Amino acid sequence: MFEIVSKRVLSPAITEMKVHAPRVAASAKPGQFVIVRVDEEGERIPLTICDYDPEAGTVTIVTQTVGYSSGKINALEKGDSFADFAGPLGRPSDLLDLTEEELKKRRVLFVAGGVGTAPVYPQAKWLHEHGVTPDVIIGAKTNDLFTYVEEMKKVANVHLATDDGSEGFHGMVTGLMEQLIEKEGREFDSCVIIGPMIMMKFAARQAARYGLPTMVSLNALMVDGTGMCGACRVSVGGETKFTCVDGPEFDGALVDFDEAMRRQNMYRNHPKNHHEPDKECKCNG
Amino acid sequence: MANRIPRVPVREQDPKVRATNFEEVCYGYDGDEAVAEAGRCLNCRNPRCVGACPVHVSIPEFIAKVAGGDFAGAAATIARDSSLPSVCGRVCPQESQCEGSCVLGIKQEPVAIGKLERFVGDWAIAHAGEAPAEKPARNGKRVAVVGSGPAGLACASDLAKAGYEVKIFEALHKVGGVLVYGIPEFRLPKEAIVAKEVEAVKRLGVEIETDVVIGRTMTVDDLLDHEGYDAVFVGSGAGLPRFMGIEGENLNGVFSANEFLTRANLMHAFDDKSDTPIIAGRKAVVVGGGNVAMDAVRTAKRLGAEAVIMYRRSEAELPARVEEVHHAKEEGVEFRMLTNPVRILADEAGWVKGLECVEMELGEPDESGRRSPRVKEGSEFTVDCDVVIMALGTSPNPLIKSTTKGLDTNRRGCIVADETGRTSREGVFAGGDAVTGAATVILAMGAGRKAARAIDEYLSAK
Repeated sequence: MFEIVSKRVLSPAITEMKVHAPRVAASAKPGQFVIVRVDEEGERIPLTICDYDPEAGTVTIVTQTVGYSSGKINALEKGDSFADFAGPLGRPSDLLDLTEEELKKRRVLFVAGGVGTAPVYPQAKWLHEHGVTPDVIIGAKTNDLFTYVEEMKKVANVHLATDDGSEGFHGMVTGLMEQLIEKEGREFDSCVIIGPMIMMKFAARQAARYGLPTMVSLNALMVDGTGMCGACRVSVGGETKFTCVDGPEFDGALVDFDEAMRRQNMYRNHPKNHHEPDKECKCNG
Repeated sequence: MANRIPRVPVREQDPKVRATNFEEVCYGYDGDEAVAEAGRCLNCRNPRCVGACPVHVSIPEFIAKVAGGDFAGAAATIARDSSLPSVCGRVCPQESQCEGSCVLGIKQEPVAIGKLERFVGDWAIAHAGEAPAEKPARNGKRVAVVGSGPAGLACASDLAKAGYEVKIFEALHKVGGVLVYGIPEFRLPKEAIVAKEVEAVKRLGVEIETDVVIGRTMTVDDLLDHEGYDAVFVGSGAGLPRFMGIEGENLNGVFSANEFLTRANLMHAFDDKSDTPIIAGRKAVVVGGGNVAMDAVRTAKRLGAEAVIMYRRSEAELPARVEEVHHAKEEGVEFRMLTNPVRILADEAGWVKGLECVEMELGEPDESGRRSPRVKEGSEFTVDCDVVIMALGTSPNPLIKSTTKGLDTNRRGCIVADETGRTSREGVFAGGDAVTGAATVILAMGAGRKAARAIDEYLSAK
């Protein structure tokens, strides 16, 4: 059993939990994910690692309620336990392959949308620890829905965008990308985009306009998370890849987002997903 | 004459009833039936069945004990060579192994060796509680076992008996590997059989930790260099599904047999209490002809779908156990032989709506001796369906290969090991599907036991 040592409600549908999982905490790297199971009846759910502390033996996850099982996770309280918490899974971020010298020259622009902000955090923090302060765009529908902004400000130059203009740039993250790059003339050499699939699709397209190579982190459906089931397959440059072992990060210019979105909704209308099934995130579409 | 007695029939669940539930199909022999069937064995001087058994169980010897009512003795005889008789008695392809070479089979039906083995194994499980736990004295050396499938369980139990401190690391949340995620409940009961076999291994003092993915949570190098293990056995199986590479394979409603079976078997998706969903559709076509294909198609049938097996060769070439094919037909599965899909057709929403297929014909036998299928020109036709399940075989998971220094693998991604299980990396042994590619439970079990002997030799000499 894996105990929840702290819980924070970040917005009505989003919570952050620190989970005691020493083996995962000892091996976790930015970009990786875990598979959790709430209880004996629970589904195996992949969640991106948002932070980790090898000394305390804890791993931080941020979950948004989108269906029955994510709702069940968010109903857990401090002191409760996950039946299973396996990982770290997937390949770490490509940034980790760079040497210190190469890193210092990099100008990475992170683009985070909604619940995708938390998974950007470990990558931005890692860069900051290696002497680079990246730029991070965080987008949300309205300023009540921002998460991880304070944490992010400690490790990055943060640029906020809200659809309703309640804070920061008035518009979508794609508009803020245009603002920073075209109007303010800021220079970047690559873009890491994490958020809802639809937002990643358009942000990757926007980045391509500026000739920026992109990485996107996919949150596909999975069962085992170790390459066995193939539920997470995604077309990347016309080739089928498994998100769990080949990803979760892929070249945003090559991912077939329409297929990925269709596959992500495969069980949306399944009778077991007895939970408001039709709330599509519109924050960045 | 003993050989005039017909084979004792085995009781089974009615096909119409069982096609709607997940309970075990075959009830197995009771004591009287087992004694009667055992009486048919001729106790040949040169028993061909023993030679045909991958682990050379002393078949006539255990059967003679069953015939004499000495079930404990029979269990002890089998235990010399096999640690999973309840499992192997249910899932071994007996018709191409022991029973296939039984002398009685020349003129009539062979002795039901598999059913007798199953009877003995189940008897031993039912009476295990009576024997006190015997934990052997420890020799102070530690071995890590990667994977809790048949190879890992067999290796761990032999090493524990030899005095080693053994810990099994399992990636999934349940113990048993393919026995729990792959083989369905209706063929191999999880609580009554698999869990009991696992308990028996634990009673020997073997520790098992789930949710540890070797290659990610820890590496083989970590186990040897930081966790204090003196040797590692890798029995990580062959879990990676293959697809055909045809158009439409990523449509909604196309699944690997691994995914479909894992949802049903490991996650109990067929049960309303389980949160995990599963989609069998209105009509499910399973592509392939092996045991996994039969398991998938019979699972789809039980979930209420019209269920079809599509195989590119003819029925004679089906690699599945004869019993599974027979059971599938009894349950109402449709068999479309000499047919191959070439394209999966989509509806407007991106879900499967059919399969474009071609008819096949068998050509001359190739080097392997099997007649190779070839497409009949102009034979294209469409099969209506809303679920397609690919059961085309699996290959080993590259996670361990890619994270272990100095561990050689071959072209197919299998770990290279000699016949004792020794790999290119000192202190690392391997066996089962991770070495051979997808094979059988009994071969994996046998490989685990051989590796246990090699590990014992290696560590004794150290």
